Amino acid sequence: MVTYIVRRLVTAVLILFGASYLVYLLTAASGDPLADLQASNAPNRDQLIQARTELLNLNTPAPLRYFGWLSGAVKCVIPFAGSCDLGQSIQGEAVVDALARAMGNTILLVTTATVLAIIIGISLGIVTALRQYSGLDYGVTFMAFLFFSLPIFWLAVLLKEFGAIGFNNFLTDPEIPLTTVVVVALASGIIWAVFAGGSLKRKGIAFLLGAVLAGGLLAVLDAVGWFVEPGLGPVVILVSGVAIAYGITLLSAGLKNRRALGSALIMVALGLVAYYVVNPLLAGATLWLIVLLAAITVVVGLVVGYVLGGYDRGQSMRSAAITGLLMGGLIVLDRFMVTWPLYTGSSRIRGRPIATIGASTPGLEGDFWIMGLDSFTHLLLPTLALLLASLASYSRYSRASMLEIMSMDYIRTARAKGLSERTVVMRHAFRNALIPLATLVAFDIGALIGGAVITEQVFAFAGMGQLFISALARTDPNPIMGFFLVVGILALVFNLIADLAYSFLDPRVRVKA
Amino acid sequence: MTIQNTSKSPGSDPGPSPVAEGGSVEPELKGLSQGQIVRKRFFDNTAAIISLVVFALVLILSFSSLGFAGIPGWWKYNHTEFLPVVNGGAPTYTNIFSWGDHPFGQDAIGRDYFAMTMRGAQNSIIIMFLIGSISGIVGVVIGACSGYFRGMTEAVLMRFTDIIIIIPLIVLAAVLGRNVGASLGEGVRVYFLGIFLGLIAWTGMARLVRGEFLSLREREFVDAAKIAGASNRRIIFKHILPNAVGVIIVNTTLLMAAAILLETGLSYIGFGVQAPDVSLGLNISQNEQAFQTRPWLFWFPGLFIVLICLTINFIGDGLRDAFDPRQKKFNVRKAGTTA
Repeated sequence: MVTYIVRRLVTAVLILFGASYLVYLLTAASGDPLADLQASNAPNRDQLIQARTELLNLNTPAPLRYFGWLSGAVKCVIPFAGSCDLGQSIQGEAVVDALARAMGNTILLVTTATVLAIIIGISLGIVTALRQYSGLDYGVTFMAFLFFSLPIFWLAVLLKEFGAIGFNNFLTDPEIPLTTVVVVALASGIIWAVFAGGSLKRKGIAFLLGAVLAGGLLAVLDAVGWFVEPGLGPVVILVSGVAIAYGITLLSAGLKNRRALGSALIMVALGLVAYYVVNPLLAGATLWLIVLLAAITVVVGLVVGYVLGGYDRGQSMRSAAITGLLMGGLIVLDRFMVTWPLYTGSSRIRGRPIATIGASTPGLEGDFWIMGLDSFTHLLLPTLALLLASLASYSRYSRASMLEIMSMDYIRTARAKGLSERTVVMRHAFRNALIPLATLVAFDIGALIGGAVITEQVFAFAGMGQLFISALARTDPNPIMGFFLVVGILALVFNLIADLAYSFLDPRVRVKA
Repeated sequence: MTIQNTSKSPGSDPGPSPVAEGGSVEPELKGLSQGQIVRKRFFDNTAAIISLVVFALVLILSFSSLGFAGIPGWWKYNHTEFLPVVNGGAPTYTNIFSWGDHPFGQDAIGRDYFAMTMRGAQNSIIIMFLIGSISGIVGVVIGACSGYFRGMTEAVLMRFTDIIIIIPLIVLAAVLGRNVGASLGEGVRVYFLGIFLGLIAWTGMARLVRGEFLSLREREFVDAAKIAGASNRRIIFKHILPNAVGVIIVNTTLLMAAAILLETGLSYIGFGVQAPDVSLGLNISQNEQAFQTRPWLFWFPGLFIVLICLTINFIGDGLRDAFDPRQKKFNVRKAGTTA
C-alpha cells in the first residue's frame, strides 16, 4: 500500500513537471505581456517596458525562463519556511498572496454548492431509483437532463434577472397577488403528488395537502409582513424540531425504535431551552463560537443517545446528534432572520439585498450576523447556478448505482429474511450505492476549486477562475502558472484519494503496488 | 500502477449482451442479431426518437437556411449584413406561416438575428461533430493500444494522458485564438477550433476504452484468436473493438453534448469563436447587457444551445439503454414489495 502511494506520488510530481513546462511554453506563446505598453503613448513608455521586462525576466527565452520560475516554485514544498515564490503579476503583486485571497473566495463559493449538490442529488437519485418509471422518475430525469444541458452563463443571467432583480423589486413592495399564491399552491400540490406516488387517492390527498399548506403559508407570511421582517420564533422552531426528530429517526433508526425517537425529541426540548439560554451569547458571536456550540451540541446528543440507548446505542446516539445539529441550525437561522431588517435597511444595501455581482458589499461593516448575511446574499445566486448544473450528474449517477444494487442477490436475501424495507434500503442498498459515488465526489472537489471559471466570470466573483481569466487576457504568465499549479496538484491528489477511497470502501478492489 | 477493479461501476459493462441475468434471452429478442436488438431497443425509446427528430430539424434548419459550403440557402439575409433597424429590432415572428422580415429580431447594429442564430447553430454543430469524431478516434486508438499492449506502451500513453488532462483547456484555446486563429480566414477558424479542441478532449475516452480493453483482452475469445494466429491488429480491430463499440458510441454522444457547452462557454468568455464570426455563446455574451431592453437577443441563442445539447443528451441516454439494458431490469413491484 505504502509502495503504491509513493509510486503514485512520484509519478504525480513528474507529470506536474511535464505539464507545467508545457503550460509555461503555451502561455508564453499565447501573446506578448508587453502588448498593452507598446500600444500606449505614455511619456515614460520605454521605462515601463524596461521595468516590466526586468520584472518578468522577458529577455530570457521562455524554455529557459521556466527554470527560473521553477526554482522559486519548488521552495513552496518546504513547509513553514515562508519562502514560497511563484513570481509576481504584471502589477507587481506576489502571486502567492493573490492566490491565497482568490482561493478563499472560491472555496467559500464551491463548498456550499458542492455539499448541497451532493446531498440533494444523491437523495433525488435514490428516490427516483426506488420509484423507477414513475412520474417522479420521469420528471426528475427530464429536469436533470435540462439542467445538464443549460449553459451556465445563460442560467446565471436568468437567475440575476428573476432571482435578484425580481426579488429585490418584490421586497420594495412585498405584496403577493392572489394569482401568484394560487399558482404556487398548485405547483406545490403537483410536486407533493408526484413525490407521494402510489394510488390515485394517495396522490389526490398529497396534492390537496401540498396545495393548502403552500398556499396557506404564503398567504399568512404575506399578511404578517414576514418578508420584510422574517423570523422563526419559538413555536415554529418547536414544530419543525419535532418534525425533524421524527424524520431523522425514521431514516436512521426507524420509528419503532422508541428510544431513538425519545433521544431525538429530548434534543428538540434541549434545543428550545438553548434558544433562550444561548441567545444573549449569540449577540457577540464569531464563527468559532458557532463551531464550538455545534461541537457541544453533537457531544450532548451523543451523551443523550448513550444514556437512553438500550441495546442498540449507536442508532439513538446518531439520531440525537443529527437532530441536535439541525436544531442548532434552526436557532442560527432564526438569529440571521432577526438581523435581516437591519441588513436590508443599512445604507449600503438600501433595500436591495440580493446582489448580482461581487463577493461582498464594499464598505459594509457590522457584526458576524450582518457580514454573514452579506456573504449569503452574494453567494446565493452563483451557488444556485453551480448547484443546478452539478445536481444532474449526481442524481443520474446515484440513480444508476442504486438501480444496479437493488437488483443484487443480497438485497433479495435481506428481503427474504424479513427485514423492513427501510433497513433494506438504508442499510444494505444505500451504503453500497454510495461507493462508486465516492470516486465522483473526490474528482469533483478537486476540479471545483479551480473549475468555476465561467460562473465566477458571470458573477464578477473574485475567485480562482477570475484570477486565471484576467491573467490570461493580459498574458500575465505568473498568475496563470500559479493557478495551474494549484489546480494541477489538487487534481492529482484527489485522483489518488479517489482510487484509495474506492479500495478502502470496497475491499474487493485491490490496489496493485 | 493501476487499480484492479473487480466490481463494475455503472455504465462500464464490457459485453453488451441481450442475455438477461439468469442467462435466458428475453423472448421478443430471440433470433435477432446484436445490431437488430440495439436498433429495436433504441427505436422503442420515445424520448430518444423525439430528440433525434428535433435534432434533425435543427440541423436541417440551420444548414439549409443560410446555405453551407458554397451552396446558397433559402434565407434572404446573412449574418454579416447591416440592415436598417425596423421596429426597434423586435422579432417579427407571429406564427408559423408569417415569419416577417426578421423573425428573431435584429441586434443593435441591424444584423438579422435569425441569420446570426442559424450561423451560430451551424458553427456549434460543426465544432460538436469535429470534437466528437476526432477525440473519439484519438481516444479509442490511445486507449486501445494502452489497454491491449499493457507494459511500457500503457505507462507512456497513460502518463501522457495524465499530462493532457491537467492542462486547463482554456490555456490551449487561448494560444490557438491569439496566434493561429488570427492568420486564418473567417470560415476556416471554426474548423480549426473544432479540430484543436478535439485533439485535447480525448482523455476521458482513452481512459474508458483502456478499461474496456483491459477486461476484454483477458476473455477466452481473445485467447482463441491468438492461438489461431491472428495478428495484434486483427485482434484489436476485429475481435475486441466490436465488443467495446457500445461504450464508445455512448461516450462519444455524451462527449458531443459536453462539446456544445464547452464551445459556447469558451466563446462566451472570449476564447472560442471570435467576432466577426458568430457563435451561440458569443451572441449571448455580446447581448446579455441588453436583457432588459431586447430580451430576444438573449433568448434565441440560448434556446438553440439548450435544444441541441438536450437532444444529444437524450439520444446518448437512449443509446446507452439500447446497448446496456442492465438498468432496465430492476422493478420494485416485481421484486416483491408494494411500497
